[in-house]
Amino acid sequence: MSTVAATQQNRPLRLALRPVNLVLVAAAVFLLVGCLRSEIFAQQTVAGLAQGAVYGSLALALVLIYRATEVINFAQGELAMATTYIAFQLIEWGVPYWAAFFATLAIAFVLGTAIELLAIRPVQHKSVIAVVIVTVGLFVLIDGLVTWKWGGDIKFMPAPFGQEVYHWGGVAISRQDIGTLILCVVTVLGLWVLFRFTKLGLGMRAAALRPAASALVGVRVDRMLAIGWGLAAVLGAVAGLMTEANQFILQPSLMQAVLLYAFAAAVLGGLESPAGAVVGGLLLGVFLNLVGQYVHFVTAQLRLPFAFAVLLAVLLVKPSGLFGKRTVRKV
Amino acid sequence: MTALLELRDVEARYGQVKALHGVSLAVDEGRIVAVLGANGAGKTTTLRAISNTVRRSGEVRFAGRPLGRRGPDGVARLGIAHVPEGRGTFAELTVWENLRLGAYTRRGSLGADRERVLSYFPWLAERRHQEAGTLSGGEQQMLALARAFMQRPRLLLLDEPSLGLAPVLVTEIFRIIRELNEQEGLTVLVVEQNAHLALQVAHSAYVLEVGRVALSGPSAELRAHESVRRSYLGY
Repeated sequence: MSTVAATQQNRPLRLALRPVNLVLVAAAVFLLVGCLRSEIFAQQTVAGLAQGAVYGSLALALVLIYRATEVINFAQGELAMATTYIAFQLIEWGVPYWAAFFATLAIAFVLGTAIELLAIRPVQHKSVIAVVIVTVGLFVLIDGLVTWKWGGDIKFMPAPFGQEVYHWGGVAISRQDIGTLILCVVTVLGLWVLFRFTKLGLGMRAAALRPAASALVGVRVDRMLAIGWGLAAVLGAVAGLMTEANQFILQPSLMQAVLLYAFAAAVLGGLESPAGAVVGGLLLGVFLNLVGQYVHFVTAQLRLPFAFAVLLAVLLVKPSGLFGKRTVRKV
Repeated sequence: MTALLELRDVEARYGQVKALHGVSLAVDEGRIVAVLGANGAGKTTTLRAISNTVRRSGEVRFAGRPLGRRGPDGVARLGIAHVPEGRGTFAELTVWENLRLGAYTRRGSLGADRERVLSYFPWLAERRHQEAGTLSGGEQQMLALARAFMQRPRLLLLDEPSLGLAPVLVTEIFRIIRELNEQEGLTVLVVEQNAHLALQVAHSAYVLEVGRVALSGPSAELRAHESVRRSYLGY
């Protein structure tokens, strides 16, 4: 009893001394000092954070699904792209940007739950590979449907945050980057509050962790899974809309590279850890921007290979990812 | 008076293997009823047939109404708390979250229930932010009881509460079950291999042998019964 009490008291200290947290603190100090010393560095860091917030949002969507259904949803990026097209269509019909934005989030939720109900649930208890194949099939299906409906050519949407650029000293930061960062952070915090403090969130976590035990206390496990897919689609929609706003163009390949970055971010964070996915996304975004700035042979074409090189390096040192728990199983 | 829970000719199977061959039993309101038997006799399956987590046929009635095709979550919402084999602890969640999950089927404030649960298990208060998986086996068993109690069930199904626990703890847990029954009027159907203890606490019992009820009756009668003594009490 007394040893437990003692470890309880030391908990904050032990948490702070965990290697992962030391690495994160070191990274934060490095970024802060860099930002204070160099304007270009600061500029690239903020842009990287905005980019990373988008990776983090989509990575969080992947993690939500992975925790609940135990597969990587390969269609997550294409679903995000499709919902962005829905926003585009609404705006074409004359709906103002932000009204279209929130309507799209609602539609994304419905689409996400519908996919779980119609495509995933029928095969869910067959095998993991069956579910994976369904998500790959959805990737192709959604891509085809979007191209059929809207064509493969480039579309344009209004800029949600305007084109303004702020100048602080010599540091130029676009309103778009700040808006993206804030929007993604608010979305993620909203989800965190839902999961941490509400009964629904508790039921969803329980259903993902222990479906059988959850059913015995009265949690409707199937419904929780469907809601989880819906929320993942909402996160994806935010990521898709912000990616469009950053690239200024909309085409069916919008999210394909972003999905790969998000996957890298999720694995970097530990795949089971929501916080890890977000932090992984932010780290990846900033890192890639800084490397692109300072390491001259890393051009835009090398960004993706470089992201995976980083991922590989981290996994060699810590196979469970930054925030992953090593699974210890009693045999 | 009709029984709170009634099983009539219940059969259950895992794939091709039949585990229950027509079990009938009844639990009256306010009673503790034990189900005894050796390993593989069908004790756990009997509980699983009630909460519909095994393929079953035959009739299960609760408060006079057939349970029908309700899933486990639906059965829980009717007011049946099932502490399964392995205790059903949400190991990754905190103690307090485990208790909140116990009350998942209920609406409204949990303050009063929390106080009542803490009066039975005061140590839960200081552990409420601890991950439930870090508790010892005995503590997890008590947490499981507390969680079930938070549901304010009309019927508690308990699967081998003594499994893997030190004798002192087992006595303590059965004492609490008795207390919950006497003070809160909780009806309990408990599956147990430790027949000696179960017959001390339960009002009546059923003895299962290979998926059938071999014997049943008030605990005192069973304790005196020749074959129960030899097979399950060991004297």
